[in-house]
Amino acid sequence: MLAAQVLVAQNIAFGLIAAMMIVGAIRVVSSNNVVHAALWLVLVLAGAAAQYLLVYAEFVAVTQVLVYVGAVMVLFLFGVMLTRARIGKENDLNNNNWAVGIPVAVVLFAAMSLALITGYRADKLPGPSAAVKVDTRLISDSIFGPYLLPFWALSFVLLVAVIGAIVLARKD
Amino acid sequence: MLAITIPYWGQSLLRVLGGIVAVLLPAGTIVYLFLFKMMSFMQSRLGPMEAGPYGSLQLVAEVGKWLQKEDIMPERADHRIFKMAPLIVLTSTFLLIAVVPFGPDAWFTNFDVGVFYMLAVSSVSVLGILIAGWASANKYSLLGGLRAAGQLIAYELPMVLAVIGVVIQAGTMNLQQIVFAQNAGEMFGWNGLGNPYILTQFVGFCVFMVAVQAELTQAPFDMPIAESELVSGYMTEYSGFRFLIFFIAEFATAGVFALVASVLFLGGWGVPFSWFGWKSIDGVANWMNVVGPIIMFSKMMLLVFLIMWVRFTYPRFREDQLQRFAWKVLIPVSLANIMVTAILKVVF
Repeated sequence: MLAAQVLVAQNIAFGLIAAMMIVGAIRVVSSNNVVHAALWLVLVLAGAAAQYLLVYAEFVAVTQVLVYVGAVMVLFLFGVMLTRARIGKENDLNNNNWAVGIPVAVVLFAAMSLALITGYRADKLPGPSAAVKVDTRLISDSIFGPYLLPFWALSFVLLVAVIGAIVLARKD
Repeated sequence: MLAITIPYWGQSLLRVLGGIVAVLLPAGTIVYLFLFKMMSFMQSRLGPMEAGPYGSLQLVAEVGKWLQKEDIMPERADHRIFKMAPLIVLTSTFLLIAVVPFGPDAWFTNFDVGVFYMLAVSSVSVLGILIAGWASANKYSLLGGLRAAGQLIAYELPMVLAVIGVVIQAGTMNLQQIVFAQNAGEMFGWNGLGNPYILTQFVGFCVFMVAVQAELTQAPFDMPIAESELVSGYMTEYSGFRFLIFFIAEFATAGVFALVASVLFLGGWGVPFSWFGWKSIDGVANWMNVVGPIIMFSKMMLLVFLIMWVRFTYPRFREDQLQRFAWKVLIPVSLANIMVTAILKVVF
């Protein structure tokens, strides 16, 4: 590969953000405070949004921020603060079986890497010269075209979940 | 299109500086004109008169006062998060201005999913408010933070839904293209005024402005900082320059939301293109880069005037009324608006 074709700025940014995300992810599980752990998770999710931006996937990046940072994490923190969120360290947060998680994480990582590598063996993202932005129109066309049935199925599952939540929450 | 070419780093620098001006200048003007003077006028008093002519330098004096105050933090507070919270709120405001176009070339980023981006980053400020309430180690603060989170989540939804009507009608999520669609549009074949979406999307505009009022936690939606029951809500423990950051963020966000609303519904920086025979966004004359920001600024002042007028006029909603209003009135109305807009879009 020619030096001119390497995206230096993008690669450096990718490395920095990835390092930040790894640190954040480790802190999520090792932190001694529930709210701190949730905030580290925000950092990881926001980092994922930044990575999407680096590969020209604007729509996905913004969706990531809107759904995860703006909604899911806020509900997360909301729930934690309503129930139990002491300030300072809590010592009973770490489960004794934490070591079991390590092989599970390794196997998951291996499986996902294998799927990515075998799935996209020779495919590369277009370089800056062929900066093809993913058009939002294309996304919507594919959702409401070839992927209509899965989209409907997902909406139905969500509807069931919403109704289930209401049924569970109602006292009468 | 510009006669002089500026290198990329120069443009970036100019855009960052422009963004800071576009956030802070409206914030200062709003505080002086509306919070100091209009509120005083409505309450039959003069307001600040000592610092500068008609008290116009009062804000400078206030900022000076806040800056030299002692930095007080509750001993039991979570200090790092306590310091972080106001910055998250202010950052969300600065991120918000990035997609607002001020002229044919006077934009910060020409983002294809601008509308969507605007909604996404405006929801980040909830995080800051929530952790400000928690980190203060104060029951009133925590209650205020929780109220704020519940309210902002509830009113984010009608805001998103209200904007969808505009997106359907313009056929794009790029704010620059939305400006173009309004100014190059025509009403029943007459193009003398363009087609500002406040006419066709009036329901959407009303829902959007109500949701903005709630997102800014301005009265009548100021349950999170209800001073008679919660001292000052999530801001109770903040003083000095940390309070100043919250204060700036509150009014700067009011300005930025008004700018966004003027882009979405009032035609943004443009004048109807038929007046000067412009055909496309590239055909717009260069002087619009100077006139555009002025037009935007006046539209913003008009909308902020509306927000402040409501703020100084109506008493506070009760918490249950506030939630019921969002879920049972605003969301159904905006959903109906989307349906009607979509049907009319297909029919015509």
